[in-house]
Amino acid sequence: MTVPGAWYLGLSVVLFAIGALGVLVRRNVLVMFMCVELMLNAANLAFVTFSRMLDDIGGQALVFFVLVVAAAEVVVGLGIVVAIFRRRQDATADDFHVLKG
Amino acid sequence: MSAHILAAVSTVDALTFAVSALIVLAGAVGVVVSRHPVHAALMLVMTLFGVAVLFVEQRAEFLAAVQVIVYAGAIVVLFLFVIMFLGVDRRESVAAEPLRGQRPLALVLVVLGFAGLVVLGAEAHWSVGAHSVAGVARGQAGGNVAALGRAVFTTYLFPFEVTAALLVIAVVGAVVLARRPPRIAPPTEEVPFEGADVARPASGEPGGSERRADGEPGGGRADGEPAEPVRVGSPSDPRPGGETSVEVSR
Amino acid sequence: MIHAAYLMVLLPLAGFAVLVVLGRRLGDPWAGWLATLAVAGSFVATCVTYAGLLSRPSGASREVTQNFFTWISAGPLHVHAGILVDPLSMTMALFVSGVSTLIHLYSIGYMKRDRDFPKFFLYLNLFVASMMLLVLGSSLLVTFVGWEGVGLCSYFLIAYWFERPSAASAGKKAFIYNRIGDAGFLLAMFLLFEKTGTLSYRGIFAHASDLSTGVATAACLLLFLAAAGKSAQIPLFPWLPDAMEGPTPVSALIHAATMVTAGVYLLCRMSPVLATAHDAQLVIASVGAATAFVGATIACAQDDIKKVVAFSTVSQLGYMFLAVGTGAYEAAIFLMVAHAFYKGLLFLGSGSVIHGLHDEQDLKRMGGLARYLPLTAVTFASGWFALAGVPPLSGFWAKGDVLDNAFARYPTLWVIGIITAALTAYYSSRLFILAFTGEARWRHSEATGGPAPASTSPAAAAQAAQAASVAAHLGPHEEPHEAPVTMAVPLVVLAVAAFAAGMLSLPWHTGITRPLAWLDPVFGSSLYAAHQSTATKWVLGVVDSLVAFGGIGAAWLLWRRTWRRPALEPDFLRRVWYVNELYDLLIGRPGARLASFASGVIDRRAIDGVVEGVGTATRGAGSALRRLQTGFLRQYALGIVLGIVLLLAFMLTRVWP
Repeated sequence: MTVPGAWYLGLSVVLFAIGALGVLVRRNVLVMFMCVELMLNAANLAFVTFSRMLDDIGGQALVFFVLVVAAAEVVVGLGIVVAIFRRRQDATADDFHVLKG
Repeated sequence: MSAHILAAVSTVDALTFAVSALIVLAGAVGVVVSRHPVHAALMLVMTLFGVAVLFVEQRAEFLAAVQVIVYAGAIVVLFLFVIMFLGVDRRESVAAEPLRGQRPLALVLVVLGFAGLVVLGAEAHWSVGAHSVAGVARGQAGGNVAALGRAVFTTYLFPFEVTAALLVIAVVGAVVLARRPPRIAPPTEEVPFEGADVARPASGEPGGSERRADGEPGGGRADGEPAEPVRVGSPSDPRPGGETSVEVSR
Repeated sequence: MIHAAYLMVLLPLAGFAVLVVLGRRLGDPWAGWLATLAVAGSFVATCVTYAGLLSRPSGASREVTQNFFTWISAGPLHVHAGILVDPLSMTMALFVSGVSTLIHLYSIGYMKRDRDFPKFFLYLNLFVASMMLLVLGSSLLVTFVGWEGVGLCSYFLIAYWFERPSAASAGKKAFIYNRIGDAGFLLAMFLLFEKTGTLSYRGIFAHASDLSTGVATAACLLLFLAAAGKSAQIPLFPWLPDAMEGPTPVSALIHAATMVTAGVYLLCRMSPVLATAHDAQLVIASVGAATAFVGATIACAQDDIKKVVAFSTVSQLGYMFLAVGTGAYEAAIFLMVAHAFYKGLLFLGSGSVIHGLHDEQDLKRMGGLARYLPLTAVTFASGWFALAGVPPLSGFWAKGDVLDNAFARYPTLWVIGIITAALTAYYSSRLFILAFTGEARWRHSEATGGPAPASTSPAAAAQAAQAASVAAHLGPHEEPHEAPVTMAVPLVVLAVAAFAAGMLSLPWHTGITRPLAWLDPVFGSSLYAAHQSTATKWVLGVVDSLVAFGGIGAAWLLWRRTWRRPALEPDFLRRVWYVNELYDLLIGRPGARLASFASGVIDRRAIDGVVEGVGTATRGAGSALRRLQTGFLRQYALGIVLGIVLLLAFMLTRVWP
């Protein structure tokens, strides 16, 4: 018998939590981005687990698409980062508060 | 419960799971605490690799491969490229936290969220064993790859095409975002062409006069759309600015 | 014949409509002639309908209802827009339309060269239409429409020269006092509808005997409140003297002959209900007698010629209510008709005097006019004697009828009535003597000194002050001129009527059937007929005559030689028993304080506070919420995570076992 799905799900939740914490705590934009990737991975893991538990290929298909979209998102995001960091090279996430109300 | 389960699970599987889980978590923690962005990227690779192994263990072999090739092989590399390119490799002072109450609050909320998810997962009534929507995962002719292929190209064909378009958009977007703004020539005699609108104010935007082959005015373009075919590797003017720059203040 | 009854209301209304559209173009005097023609047409229609009614045998066949359409049909309430043609309504309609025609004719001359000549006749026509609707209405609600209409026209006409502040406020005063009465009318309608289920006269009378005494009393007292407002009885009479601000024809028509009698008509119409409410009858009679007395006392001390006649009207109306309270409805109607003639005459005569003297109204500045205005003087005398109760004029018979019945039923009130009759003879004689006999005081160019002109209200004081500022209205060698033909004809007609109207109801049986006897079936058993022996009637008649002559004699002795007698004109009477001041103290000032409280505190602080408070609160909330927008990306991310946590918490509450 294989490892019960619950363990995988638990791992996924932990991974997601760590990623969330990273986004909130880190100031470097690129590291924040990487933490977002962590969260995406946690989600992927959960989907694959469910795909196995429910014997449905749809979960894996979804992971496929999540992968694609994550890639696209990273591309565009890093493009923005590049555009921003032309000005100042040690800018952090806290420096973009123009939308202050 | 655990003893009963542990007895039933085969040891190899359990061991694989344990090791992979450890790798994943170590990498995750490493991403979060690393001060150097390059270290963080490498930790991320570790996590991705661990997740790939877990995919294999769940009989999603194709995805494991794709994960390694695309995620670890392309995306993280892209990260590293940007890190190196911009020279954003200074150490961030992880100790200080300028925003008041951010860390404690973040910790509390994340812990609460985690606890909530766990409890939800344990208490909720899971619907297990439902009929496949897209098709069965196990026991398909051709294995996992064929099963996935069948699903993507029949049931999920439309999303597939849309993601293709999405990728194109992403590429275009990235190029547009990252290119340097065109330069504007200072008002000289050679510039005024028939129909050229020289009088439009430049608003301080730099630009190269050699680019003004068709007499298009340069600056003040707020939409960032290119007026001419993209030229990669244009003038090396590193002057910052352009319509895509965001206000950065100290 | 009777089917043309609707013309009685329709013709004046049509006149009004035409004048609204074409009045200005018709101008002076064609607009006046058109209006007179409309009302004359109404009079003709009335006569025709009257003849038609007479041709029928007495009794139930003399009660014809013509319904034009169903006006209201809401649940149990059904009201038809219709008119009721019966002896009572025809009697009213006859003298209303007749007197109205005469006064329309008179106005053509009186209002000549007035700036808004067509507007005057427009309002007059509308008034006549409303009054006809009032007396002809087949249900309380239709009568009420006419009731309101006459009140409205009264307002328009009193405030006709609206640029004069005193006139404008007099109009308002009249309307407001009327309105108080209208509240009584409405409440009475509600009560009667609740108890009988209908508002039509026929329906109510059919159930009249079912009404409990309490309900009947309440309804009658409420209707009397309405009548007190419309007919200027205590406590709602102060508007009538102020109403003299309007042109004299208006005073004659509305405030002597027609509108003010609407109250009396209403109570007479409701006689079946009144018959069972003995307490209400006593109240009505007492108030009527008291009003008669008070009005007469005040009239003794007024200097303005119109004011004397106005208070005289109040007093005479009191007599009519005395009669109603006694149950002698026919006596009330008789006095109403006679009063319409002689009081209308007195007003028109006063108008002629005023016109002749170029707008002089102060008695103390008249005198000796008999030489210059002979026709006016003679006709005025006819009215004078009628009012004083000199036999054999109409006033003697009519007032005698009222007093006879009062003597039989309420002797105390009879005493008050007799005293009032003496005063009536006195003040009417004083009026004639001061105006038409004696020294021609109007010749003197300087203001004729003397006590300040009668100021019964600030309105009159201002007017008198206005008059005093112009030393004499006539030039140094000008003489007062007699009335033109259009004004003289009505005077003559009314004089004859005042003289002869006694024939309508002589107290003994002659070969001629008493015309007013045709009202008997209308009142039926609720009519109180004093069964007195002929001897008693003779004695009472002699007493009445003595009182009349005595009053005239006293006035002659006192006022023949001198026009200044301050002892006989105390301020208390000149200031209308200080009633206006009393009302101001009890109602006006507290009302003003309440209003300023409502506006200052409730409106400005509470209501505006709430409204503005909403704005302030919104702004405050906005300012507070603004602090969420820090601009920091990571704090927004924190917000997202917080949202997720809350979502999870919610989901947990759902699945928690």
